[in-house]
Amino acid sequence: MEVIKAIPLNHYILLSAVLFAIGVMGVLVRRNAIIIFMCIELMLNAVNLLMVAFSAHHGDGKGQVFVFFIMAVAAAEVAVGLSILIMIHRNTETTDVGFLNKLKF
Amino acid sequence: MTHYAFYFLSFLAILSALMVVFSKNPIHSVLYLVLTFFAIAGHYLLLNAQFLAVVHIVVYAGAIMVLFLYVLMLLNLNVDAEPKNKTWVKVAGVLSGGMLMLTLIATFSKAETQALVQKDPSIGVTANLGKILFNDFALPFEISSILLLSAMVGAIMLSKKEAKN
Repeated sequence: MEVIKAIPLNHYILLSAVLFAIGVMGVLVRRNAIIIFMCIELMLNAVNLLMVAFSAHHGDGKGQVFVFFIMAVAAAEVAVGLSILIMIHRNTETTDVGFLNKLKF
Repeated sequence: MTHYAFYFLSFLAILSALMVVFSKNPIHSVLYLVLTFFAIAGHYLLLNAQFLAVVHIVVYAGAIMVLFLYVLMLLNLNVDAEPKNKTWVKVAGVLSGGMLMLTLIATFSKAETQALVQKDPSIGVTANLGKILFNDFALPFEISSILLLSAMVGAIMLSKKEAKN
């Protein structure tokens, strides 16, 4: 038993919520597809941080293993997503998401 | 001491996350995102998750962000060539994100007030995580290797130039 910090668990939740909301804001505001991608990474990391905090709080290492898996999936996602972006840029000469509206209607 | 470290790292993470969203140059966004990831790695260290802190720096700051920088360089996007959104779209985006933040904060600020107690500070070291990973999660571990392989093949397939014929 070790109260290392006397930091309320609450503050971790709030920090993760703020980081997640900043990521959502970035996805909504920006139009460059690469920046949108980075904001998605930001949201993933907010969730990861919360998972590690709860894992430490409950003394269960499974949460941290889950974070490890999320990192593996994020790496795969980034590889595929960036290659899709390169293909889009090769075909349309832009990374503007406003340009890619063929699936909108 | 750790108290100050927590609030400093939180401040750093939130500030650089905001700079990711609002800086004009995509290169600067990537660098601020690296700063955010370092702050989050510091949080992992504070939570005694040493293995995850190191893996986070290696995977995110070392691999994923370098990939982002490579793509920015490859596409020559380091100039500010992003078309501007309409002002009301920007305001609407910031408002919706801010309202989400407000809702989450209002919900969670009264949720729990107990301090974070680390029942077992040694769960984050590599040996314990390895035992959990290879005892309980051996099959997902193998499946994730297949996932990474298929992602690699898919990335090469997608970004290969099609043969002219």
